[in-house]
Amino acid sequence: MKTIEPGAGIATPDTLPPPPIAVWQHRHILDLDDFTREEIGLVLETADAMAEVLTREVKRVPTLRGKTVVTMFYEPSTRTRASFELAAKNLSADTVSLDASKSSVTKGESLIDSLRTIQALGADFIVMRHSQSGAPYLATQHVNCSIINAGDGWHAHPSQALLDIYTIRRHLGKLDNLKVAIMGDIMHSRVARSNIWGMSTMGARIVLCAPNTLLPRYLENFLAKCQLPHVSIETDIEPALEDADVVMPLRLQMERQQSGLLPSLREYIQLYQLTTERLSLARQNVLVMHPGPINEGIEISPEVAHGAQSVIEEQVSNGVAIRMALLYLIAGGKNK
Amino acid sequence: MPERTLVSPQDIQRVVVRIAHEIVERNRGARDIVLVGMQTRGVPLANRLAATIEGLEGITVPVGSLDISLYRDDLSSLSLKPTVHRTDIPVDIADKQVVLVDDVFYTGRSIRAAMDALIDLGRPQSIQLAVLIDRGHRELPIRADYVGKNIPTSQNEEIKVYVKEVDGEDKVTIIAPSKEVTDEND
Repeated sequence: MKTIEPGAGIATPDTLPPPPIAVWQHRHILDLDDFTREEIGLVLETADAMAEVLTREVKRVPTLRGKTVVTMFYEPSTRTRASFELAAKNLSADTVSLDASKSSVTKGESLIDSLRTIQALGADFIVMRHSQSGAPYLATQHVNCSIINAGDGWHAHPSQALLDIYTIRRHLGKLDNLKVAIMGDIMHSRVARSNIWGMSTMGARIVLCAPNTLLPRYLENFLAKCQLPHVSIETDIEPALEDADVVMPLRLQMERQQSGLLPSLREYIQLYQLTTERLSLARQNVLVMHPGPINEGIEISPEVAHGAQSVIEEQVSNGVAIRMALLYLIAGGKNK
Repeated sequence: MPERTLVSPQDIQRVVVRIAHEIVERNRGARDIVLVGMQTRGVPLANRLAATIEGLEGITVPVGSLDISLYRDDLSSLSLKPTVHRTDIPVDIADKQVVLVDDVFYTGRSIRAAMDALIDLGRPQSIQLAVLIDRGHRELPIRADYVGKNIPTSQNEEIKVYVKEVDGEDKVTIIAPSKEVTDEND
């Protein structure tokens, strides 16, 4: 920790200057497409304060005492779910976790009925993961709880993108003009989609690198229509890596190779695996990130995944601080 | 009614010097003292006290900053933009004489939150409270150990403390009557 010199003024070392927004308006966290730069800045600044709490021996503050956070996961997850539950517990909220495979869903209960039941049980926040894109948006129309999207289909994973941005900012100071290469299975990746919104808003230049079959169709039209001029597409890995400040290979969803999107796994490894040799094309202090879970030896070699440039584990720890910040901001803002 | 200045920059400086003396006197020196300023304006005041104590005793007293946002009892009725600053206390406060420093002492609720926050960080030998202005209207059984100025107020008046490091100048003003009480003044 830093010592403060007498007369040094306010002792807030790692924080941004207060962002010039009057109101925090988000009652739900669904995606980053409706976040301004100032709002993302406020989340990061709040996460800094939360990170300090996580360094304490007793990592618990009484902020959300009496609030209930329900995690409702219709898809498997280890880190996101554990991360949200720890975040809620660190803020002294009560947590209930529902595993769809063991709940009334197996008896045929609809999503909306499940949500209403959870609301009736007294939930203040529902953290939700669902295999259908848009499910959390539907949820907001049927219950009064705050909905936090923990991943919906191929669509969005905002808390992951925020923790990625936070991790980059901690290492490189800011995102403006950084070159971020997101590589691999872009088509099926909600992490990539949320990062495109969030990182563009924060000023990064994004290169999406994948074989054509793993890029969403009409991507160019989409980028033009949404005015994302700093996002580019690259089908070869070398130009994507050149002078990159951040490299983020995505998990190759193994079930895809059966569906004919890839000629063979071996070819993919040969052409797209992030290896030490390829990484040397990037900047010397490049950050290697991965949203997890990792297929070591497929999209990334083990040496790179565990190498000196890797911040993959730190991403996981930062996730708790980011999720604490989101819960705090939703609970504290006048957004009811 | 317009804003009226109650305390001049010179007076603030005198108060800081007096409180620094009182802290040293009461703790028989400055050895185990840690000054903890409450965000935002308590922090520069704590830094000034530390500088003055260093002049008196030749000991550098550690200064920390404390943010109590996470300990408030009124989260759901909070501001439009909930802001939480980083708490940064450079030393272990266990077995230290911790002096909390705040600008305005009002209901006592912030101090209650600050004490909870401090105790979560360790077990100090004692917690003492130094405030620049005591404006009365306590809602909790809490008192200050070192008081700069007692300024009796009515609840619809507003006391504003300006410090150079944050506001560019040193002064204390009163605004009355005001419909809302800002959350900085409790």
